[in-house]
Amino acid sequence: MSEETTFFLDGEPIPFTAGQTILQAAHAAGRYIPHLCWHPDYKPHGSCRLCTVSIGGRSVPACATQASEGLEVANRTPELDDARRMLLQMLFVEGNHFCPSCEKSGQCLLQATAYELGMMGPHFDHFYPNRPVDASHPDVLLDFNRCILCSLCEQASARDGKFVFVMGGRGMRGRKVIINSASGRLADTDFALTDRAANVCPVGVILKKRVGFSVPYGQRRYDRAPVSVAQAQEASRE
Amino acid sequence: MDPLDVIDRALAHHHHDGTRLMQILRETQEVLGWLAPETITRIAEGVGWPRAKVEATAAFYSFFHLRPRGDYCLLWSDNIVDQMAGSQALMQRLCEALWLEPGRLSEDGLAFVHTTSDIGMGDQGPALLVNYRTMTRMTPERVDAMAELIRNRAPLASWPAEWFRVEDNLRRTGPLLGEAFAPGTALSAAWARGPEAQLAEIAAAGLRGRGGAGFPTARKWQACRDAPLEAGQTRVVVCNADEGEPGTFKDRVLLNSYADLVFEGMTIAAFTIGARRGFVYLRGEYRYLLEALEATLQRRREQGLLGNGILGRDGFDFDIEIHLGAGAYVCGEESALIESLEGKPGRPRLRPPFPVTKGYLGQPTIVNNVETFACVCRIAEKGAAWFAAIGTAQSTGSKLLSVSGDVAHPGVYEYPFGVSVAEVLEAAGVRNCVQGVQVSGPSGTTLTGEELGRRLCFEDVPTAGALMVFDCTRDMFEVARNFAHFFAHESCGFCTPCRVGTQINARLMDKIAAGRGSQYDLQELPRLHRLLAGTAHCGLGHSAGNPIFETLTKFRPAYERRLKSSDFAPAFDLDAELSQARQMTGREDRAAHLVEE
Repeated sequence: MSEETTFFLDGEPIPFTAGQTILQAAHAAGRYIPHLCWHPDYKPHGSCRLCTVSIGGRSVPACATQASEGLEVANRTPELDDARRMLLQMLFVEGNHFCPSCEKSGQCLLQATAYELGMMGPHFDHFYPNRPVDASHPDVLLDFNRCILCSLCEQASARDGKFVFVMGGRGMRGRKVIINSASGRLADTDFALTDRAANVCPVGVILKKRVGFSVPYGQRRYDRAPVSVAQAQEASRE
Repeated sequence: MDPLDVIDRALAHHHHDGTRLMQILRETQEVLGWLAPETITRIAEGVGWPRAKVEATAAFYSFFHLRPRGDYCLLWSDNIVDQMAGSQALMQRLCEALWLEPGRLSEDGLAFVHTTSDIGMGDQGPALLVNYRTMTRMTPERVDAMAELIRNRAPLASWPAEWFRVEDNLRRTGPLLGEAFAPGTALSAAWARGPEAQLAEIAAAGLRGRGGAGFPTARKWQACRDAPLEAGQTRVVVCNADEGEPGTFKDRVLLNSYADLVFEGMTIAAFTIGARRGFVYLRGEYRYLLEALEATLQRRREQGLLGNGILGRDGFDFDIEIHLGAGAYVCGEESALIESLEGKPGRPRLRPPFPVTKGYLGQPTIVNNVETFACVCRIAEKGAAWFAAIGTAQSTGSKLLSVSGDVAHPGVYEYPFGVSVAEVLEAAGVRNCVQGVQVSGPSGTTLTGEELGRRLCFEDVPTAGALMVFDCTRDMFEVARNFAHFFAHESCGFCTPCRVGTQINARLMDKIAAGRGSQYDLQELPRLHRLLAGTAHCGLGHSAGNPIFETLTKFRPAYERRLKSSDFAPAFDLDAELSQARQMTGREDRAAHLVEE
């Protein structure tokens, strides 16, 4: 005799079970709240802030805020989407993003979210950071130019029991993914293509070698449907 | 000594416990000078952590070095007040004397000179850290003599002791510090009352946290006391001595001269909430206080005021450890502080759960300011009614204020809450007209000279206890620019708005300072402030835009007179971009420059 519990996302009722966060429940119900660092298999990280929603005028991250009965949550308001667009622009200028030539293009959550939110340009001056790539591993290329510091690789690798990736450093200049080897090279770790961490990157940092551009334009993940629709479809298949 | 022996000794000293990683790294670095890759590997093996986790912690803190830092590491305090006292010219003078550039180790590995965020010596600057020992009141003559000692590789122990002297500069005392304190008296009074009555006493006193936010202390303690314990757990008392807010230095004085008040307050807290374990989180900049504080703790153990069977009472067990930080302002945030106590990078946690239910190693934990514990001690000693009669209705008791900048007598002043800014400034001796006062450091409030009648209390201007005074000759834009760089440096980098937003703020301020700004840039600053305040993960990000927003509102001409254009101007400077090419070709002639027509 489970009691029906619901909260409201932009006025639409969303069912949830006790302990679920707003984003978990919305995702399970096929409703899209923009997000980058959240993944249904892992603990909320709360770093990208794309999932910022508003409850009674107060901004909170939907990924880390528990759903509760009758809660009125504002999601796709012009104000919140404006803030999200600014956050996206920040992510684009702090790294080096080459969408048209990136092999993750069309399958990249950052790129797809920028389309979803109508981001037309970077707005801020680019930082042009110097972030070397790591091509040492036989099967995987690491291109940190696209890293948005979401920590999903860290969480996935911890689940793999390998701790290949750890978030370290401080601030814009220092914060980065640290590779678990004395040399700092991926080749000197026990990382393998079969690891969970090999498939979790939402952007184009962890790239499998020799499969780039294998999906033709027009058939890539977010060519077929915008991220808001694609995620709803995927959630309904889960 | 063999590096391996140094590392192994530090590991053994801390029982190979990864949660004590900060102390292991510090003790190792104090002997070896820096943390080499093989050092990190050895420590990781020693504590049984993945190597990358150890490296992540080492990389987070400003005072851990993954590259050599030379025999002499000289870090100048970069607080605006130190700058006003001439720190930048002194640093330049030192660099020239040593033939090196700021931020780059000299070729012979002798010295490294750079800036660091405020080191808590705003009343006796310009100040710096030399191999993490505090030096105050620098002058050109001292800089020259110091450079000579460095060139001769004279050990620090042979340098003039006078250079390392830190004054309390306690200019005015009141109910908190005015009377002598006999160790044990407050604790005995608390024992006689019992824990519940002691908690009620704190509540009746109306005590609010002295760290700035002003949360009712009794409510925090009650929540911790009520939090269930799992098997093997204890409650934990943490004293937040990470006094990192630029312009604040009153905790330094409490720890230096009133440590018994603080430790006894912590012990009363432990008794009240049922805690067996206590920490003082001492900021790395106050490394020089460590030995004296350890000695005080040891004396209190011998006096039966710490350890097992406190006051001779069976079952009253509590002890305090000192955890030294390593240069990270964000660790003043309580959940970041707890992460740091656990040996991790100091990143603020997602909340809930709050520390009062799940804090240090998942145990119920209270984190209170140094001054709060001193107040607790006096309340236990003298009673709630005595305390509540001081100050104002919403802000009982007195407040320690760190006053620095353009005053004749910088130092610490104790006043009852409700005192006006003008009264404090009069006591401190204002020389010229006052243009602005920064209350509570960069994350606080900027007052103009017309607002000096405002009162320091939670009803009007809340304060953690700092007043930085700027007279009419100062440039309030440069004050804000200094604060913008401070936040950009100290952002932990966890969340997008703070990591990137503080950088954009600093870049925009630099662009305006360079005479390349426009009205367009001035409109960007409030936009960034709103985004940070609305979406950042913790208080650092929420308040990082405050000083810019406040100075832009109250001192707008200081910004506008720098603007190049009223519309838009690009940050990109074509001619400046050619500077490297000019350097490489050795050309400085007219044709090597792009001259604007």
